[in-house]
Amino acid sequence: MANGEPLLRVESVGKEFFGNRVLADVDFSLGHGEILGLVGENGAGKSTLMNILFGMPVIASTGGYEGRILLDGKEVKFSSPFEAIDAGIGMVHQEFSLLPGFTVTENILLNRESTKYNPLVEVFGERIRTLDRQGMKKRAEAAISEIGFSIDTGTFAAEMPVGHKQFTEIAREIDRLNTKLLVLDEPTAVLAESEAEILIQSLRNLSSKGISMIFISHRLQEILDLCDKIVVLRDGRIVKETRPSDTDIFQIASHMVGRNVEASSASRPSRPDTEAILEVDKLWVDMPGETVRDATFSVQRGEIFGIGGLAGQGKLGIANGIMGLFMAGGSVSVKGLVIKLNDPAHSLSRDMAFVSEDRRGVGLLLEESIDWNIAFTAMQVQDKFVRKLLGGLVKWRDDAAMRAATQEYIKLLDIKCTSHKQRAVELSGGNQQKVCLAKAFVVGPDILFVSEPTRGIDVGAKKLVLDTLRKVNEERGTTIIMTSSELEELRSVCDRIAIVDNGRISGIRPAAAPATEFGLLMMGSEPAVAGSDVGGGDA
Amino acid sequence: MVAKLKKFIENAGWPRIIIGLFLVSLYIAAPMVNVKVLTSLSDTLVRVGMNGVLVLAMVPMVQSGCGLNFGLPLGIIAGLLGATTSIQFQARGLAGFGFAMLVAVPIAVALGFIYAQILNRVKGEEMMIATYVGFSSVAVMCMAWLLLPFNSPVMIWGYGGSGLRTTISTENYWRHVLSDFLAFGSDTSGTFYVPTGMFIFFFLMLFLVWGFFRTKTGTAITAVGSNPEFARASGIDVNRMRTISVILSTVLGALGILVYEQSFGFIQLYMGPLYMAFPAVAAILLGGASVNKATMVNVVVGTFLFQGILTMTPSVINSLLQSDMSEVIRIIVSNGMILYALTRKTQVKR
Ligand SMILES: Nc1ncnc2c1ncn2[C@@H]1O[C@H](COP(=O)(O)OP(=O)(O)OP(=O)(O)O)[C@@H](O)[C@H]1O
Ligand SMILES: [Mg+2]
Repeated sequence: MANGEPLLRVESVGKEFFGNRVLADVDFSLGHGEILGLVGENGAGKSTLMNILFGMPVIASTGGYEGRILLDGKEVKFSSPFEAIDAGIGMVHQEFSLLPGFTVTENILLNRESTKYNPLVEVFGERIRTLDRQGMKKRAEAAISEIGFSIDTGTFAAEMPVGHKQFTEIAREIDRLNTKLLVLDEPTAVLAESEAEILIQSLRNLSSKGISMIFISHRLQEILDLCDKIVVLRDGRIVKETRPSDTDIFQIASHMVGRNVEASSASRPSRPDTEAILEVDKLWVDMPGETVRDATFSVQRGEIFGIGGLAGQGKLGIANGIMGLFMAGGSVSVKGLVIKLNDPAHSLSRDMAFVSEDRRGVGLLLEESIDWNIAFTAMQVQDKFVRKLLGGLVKWRDDAAMRAATQEYIKLLDIKCTSHKQRAVELSGGNQQKVCLAKAFVVGPDILFVSEPTRGIDVGAKKLVLDTLRKVNEERGTTIIMTSSELEELRSVCDRIAIVDNGRISGIRPAAAPATEFGLLMMGSEPAVAGSDVGGGDA
Repeated sequence: MVAKLKKFIENAGWPRIIIGLFLVSLYIAAPMVNVKVLTSLSDTLVRVGMNGVLVLAMVPMVQSGCGLNFGLPLGIIAGLLGATTSIQFQARGLAGFGFAMLVAVPIAVALGFIYAQILNRVKGEEMMIATYVGFSSVAVMCMAWLLLPFNSPVMIWGYGGSGLRTTISTENYWRHVLSDFLAFGSDTSGTFYVPTGMFIFFFLMLFLVWGFFRTKTGTAITAVGSNPEFARASGIDVNRMRTISVILSTVLGALGILVYEQSFGFIQLYMGPLYMAFPAVAAILLGGASVNKATMVNVVVGTFLFQGILTMTPSVINSLLQSDMSEVIRIIVSNGMILYALTRKTQVKR
């Protein structure tokens, strides 16, 4: 099939959002069955480039793009994703696009359902054919097993852990028979390393069948392992095109940010034991897809405590339950006093704050400006950014103070935006994440829960975020409880790490314990030789 | 220059510009068909003053995510109860008008509270349920107006017995007390007339609502409308915020109808409130609001454009066509605007 003409050629593509240039002169090509790795800092323009390719309406509604895109040598200009799909392009978006009330099968086969003949067809035409549920189930299962994974195809999308959602999205693209080019925008960001490996392997299989891919990820090792070709984007321009064999992680990283990037610092020095600040006893949380059944642990004042585990085992449920966002039971005490569960206002009033893993659903006011997003929680919970008028009768919003604080965090976290008044929905994924973190920092809590703090954040920014977390921990003495799918990240930041399996804590180890030990805990088996130090405070 | 113009168009939005230009062209065309511009302008101002607060009554519910207040008749009913009570007690002049408000507000608070409890149970379908609430409250009141123990001769049916008339004149009570306050010109002499008092009241209300949305509670309500999950995670009691906004909308509806009646000169009972929500909805949408964001500018611009069109089109077109089309045009314009606005999905215009 490869007769010299590449499958996809992108020629001097450029894009402006309201006078803000985000892409310029982008040129590259992609052969049949090739995998192209697209990397770049947050806001470099990766998702925008893919949105152009896929004909997303947001591009046309903001003034279209410049340059040409050629598919199989013919220029294409999609005005909607449907046209892109017809032309053989599949896309897995950075943010999920599943229908929550539909099952896995229905989501995978939406609009391409298997149908059966019935007599009404003669009268009303093709659209009245009945669904062939049996056949659909088979097809969905086949698509999923093709990725090398297994999910119950009857589960509703709303009730699945994020990792499974991701596999469902990919299966949806695979089931389309004519897919020639698959675009994956950060498909592994929500997966634990072991799950990401399964995915990578299945993508390799697909490419050997002749499907080309564009793969976006901030996990550079994956890019090196999987891709045939790497394109580095910086501030909307291609700064480097290379092959994995000719480069390494540090080179790519420095091309991305335009300066040298050191490896993230070694694990933390050991710290003396302190009294417990948070004690959790027999906690259960009814969070769909992340059920916590019976979690017991305690966290010491000033500690950075990690919570890890595979997707769907309940690690995300713990923070959500303690903060009152999902129905929970059991006992949680903060600084020795038992707190009321299922009441977010109460949890917040006990000097706790939370950065949710669900940044679009819970984390952000997408339609409001950055300063509102950052200041809102602190304003409501602590009366910060409030000027009392008429002897406290009127609590007036202090816009000037909000602006000042927001600008400080924009600088501190290097949030890429046009101004503090830009709407959150217009920020790139990584920059939205930074806004979520800033929101929690402004509150200045004693205990800070952060879930997946570096999801979708580039290498440079990741270091910045982790360093900021460490700094907040050291300078303000904030106790941090960090939930993450990336074990390595936890090990580089935390003092101790709890691994959650099947809704229970399967073990707690100091971060310095060997990785294999954590691996075993994730599989649910307590290693025979327990770690040297289980750490104080827990049973 | 071109860039500036583009930016202006983008900010204002095509529909507003087109309607605005249409309105200007009507004013230009008016003298040619023997319609007096000054009188028309006065008419427009009077109508803006009459309807402004009713349009403003949309804002709180829109901001809290309860959608457009199609249940406006409920607030209006509270206002009507205030009005009839004040007449029953023979309260006259500005004091009488104040008395009507004093009676109307607590009733509006109570009705708004109940209305809010209903809306909190039907999240996602507020507008449809609000329409039902509006319509059915009018139906219930149709019976109540017959049964309530009012007996002032000005209000009950002429042939005696019990039950209130469909229209009650406010002539000898508080007609024009607000309109004529510091008024410029007089509306009977046919010269240029500005109902200053009504505008003072309208702008006072605008200022209060604007201020309210700049307070901590107002900010919380806006956040609830923007993303209730976010608000909940920040410790906000979502239902409470929605309740506050619904009460506020209902109270504004009650005050709005009182302003309307004192200018109009009549209290319209029974089916009177039934279709009052639609022009208000149309006006705020025309002003550039969306179903979940509205500003004071939207209210002012929308009321002015909508009422301007409503006053100008019939008079100009009638004299052009030599036939009475006013009602038809009025219906087409207002319902067309609602349809248009509900089907589009764009950012709010500031
Ligand atoms: N709808 C929009 N309106 C205005 N600006 C936008 C819009 N969407 C994206 N941008 C801007 O375009 C730039 C590129 O964003 P893009 O989402 O492509 O980044 P990205 O490379 O995918 O980053 P990340 O790794 O954080 O996902 C950002 O500066 C962003 O603020
Ligand atoms: Mg992106």
